[in-house]
Amino acid sequence: MWRAPLQGNSMAGLSLELIGLQLFAGLALGSVYVLLAIGLSLIFGMLTVVNFAHGAFFMLGAYVGLWLLSIGVNFWICLVAVPLIVGGFGLAVERVLIRPLYGRGIDYPLLLTFGLSYIIIELVRIVFGKSGYPVDTPALLQGAVDIGVGYFPLYRLFVMAVTGVILIGLWLFLERTSYGLIIRAGARDPQIVRVLGVNIARVWLMVFGLGCGIAGLGGLLAAPLQGVIPEMGGPILAEAFVVTVVGGMGSLLGAVLAGLLVGVVVSITSLFAPEMAKVAIFALMAVVLLIRPQGFFGRAGLMS
Amino acid sequence: MTYTVEKAAMTRLPKDGLMDMAYRHRVLLSAVFLLVFPLLVPFKALAVNILIYGLYALGFNLLFGYLGLLSFGHSALFGAGSYACGILLVHYGMPWWAGLLLGTVAGGAMAGIIGMFAIRTSGIYFAMVTLALSQCVYYIFYQATGLTGGENGLRGVNVSDISIFGLHLYFVDPVTRYYVVAACVILALFFLSRILASPFGAVIEATRENEARARASGYDVRRVRLVTFILSGGFCGLAGALQAIHLSIVPIETMHYETSGLVVMMALLGGMGTFFGPFIGAAVFLLLENVVSLWTVHWQLFVGAVFVLCVLFFPRGIWGSVLHWVKK
Repeated sequence: MWRAPLQGNSMAGLSLELIGLQLFAGLALGSVYVLLAIGLSLIFGMLTVVNFAHGAFFMLGAYVGLWLLSIGVNFWICLVAVPLIVGGFGLAVERVLIRPLYGRGIDYPLLLTFGLSYIIIELVRIVFGKSGYPVDTPALLQGAVDIGVGYFPLYRLFVMAVTGVILIGLWLFLERTSYGLIIRAGARDPQIVRVLGVNIARVWLMVFGLGCGIAGLGGLLAAPLQGVIPEMGGPILAEAFVVTVVGGMGSLLGAVLAGLLVGVVVSITSLFAPEMAKVAIFALMAVVLLIRPQGFFGRAGLMS
Repeated sequence: MTYTVEKAAMTRLPKDGLMDMAYRHRVLLSAVFLLVFPLLVPFKALAVNILIYGLYALGFNLLFGYLGLLSFGHSALFGAGSYACGILLVHYGMPWWAGLLLGTVAGGAMAGIIGMFAIRTSGIYFAMVTLALSQCVYYIFYQATGLTGGENGLRGVNVSDISIFGLHLYFVDPVTRYYVVAACVILALFFLSRILASPFGAVIEATRENEARARASGYDVRRVRLVTFILSGGFCGLAGALQAIHLSIVPIETMHYETSGLVVMMALLGGMGTFFGPFIGAAVFLLLENVVSLWTVHWQLFVGAVFVLCVLFFPRGIWGSVLHWVKK
């Protein structure tokens, strides 16, 4: 993960402005978690598949972005192309590898996607090498802007804005289109939807591709903040799991709120006790599990 | 998991006398096999590795194969045993046997802590929560450099001479080392065999097959899960402790989630929910690794491919398929 802008200052340097800035940094960090968690949640809600390769798709997005940028493709085109490429790859994965496993128990797709993540990571290592690369912030988005409490990196605001656009788009798609209606119905009762003459297999395919595409976009957006490395998907997958567990599996609203909350918790902890920042996320999850095991918006029935 | 039902039915009520006898004396059989095993393996260190990872997979299999809970956090249990043994030997100068004993306890204790949170969820959540909590443990051990050596690992876990009841053994000798580890593994196998044959073993399998029915029969399912998780942690802790004295170092990678993935892979390859499956899985996996990494550095690609192929076409695993075939 990338570092918060101001880390580990002495208590004397603390001020409301600093905390405000850190809060914003947390929301930017949380935006990336949100992008991963809504994909995970969407896929789980529809297919009851936990995609253990989600971190690998995130990493793939960053690398596809790196490759497109290196052959001279404009960053703004990348924003569209990367999710399409990674999403397309997701479609192929669902069609070829995951579809044969439906009806064979909930653990098998999970094991399969875990194995798949090894393959994706190693293929990226073969193509791009084992060491990581830094990624430049696009020229137009460099610098900082005054947000009232102080100067904040423009790029992080941009990450938050893109996440906002994706969320609004997704909401409109799910709530206001007929295809979204089918998706929501399919999440409730796939049997009935199939009886009504809808090709549910194709809906599942599209949802898996959509989730993977959003993860790829998350990887692209995170690349200028933290650089790219083949192993970047692993830790963030664990953190995205925390977000889905805290928010409640299968709930998009839960994924958004929990993602932002986790981002803020990491960011604020790294201000007061930087060495505890990583552990704080999991402490948050432990507390939620003790108080409300199904998460903020989870349905209790989904857990067993 | 219908095939495990068939398997369970078969092992409980074998058709012919030979299988029955093999089933009854499975620990003795493994002991005899482990005596001659080093002669079949290219070098002794590999045989020791197979034993250690086999024991680790055995602990995992108790949870996944017999109870049906998929954990992606077993690296924390294995690592807890490894670090506990290493820390006690390096910082407190304890003897090797105390390291092994307390390593086992540490594995169980870590399972108790993780289990306390993870058992509150089940099904698909369990895999995610255990993965997340093991990642948390990884960060904690990574940060505690004074005790664990952090990124560099814990060095200097040296055991050269050991004495058992007046018998002095030179632990550096690979053959001696193999037989000391094998003795621990046989002890663990015996213990596991006793657990599975006990009424509690039947409750474990009953919980996997039908949770609601087990609960209706008056069993506290959550407690069964927690106790099994702790037992599983004990086996993995012992494996970790053995790994620490075998390698003379505890690398931080022991705690990494890839170590969890490794054990899932081995159990899947060998056959989940079978007694010998985990050992066979560990042996095949490590022998393959030994061969494949000679001609490519991209061993992980191979691991992933075997993983995916196993799930798609070979879900019974090697030993599970053999049992299935024998039954037919």
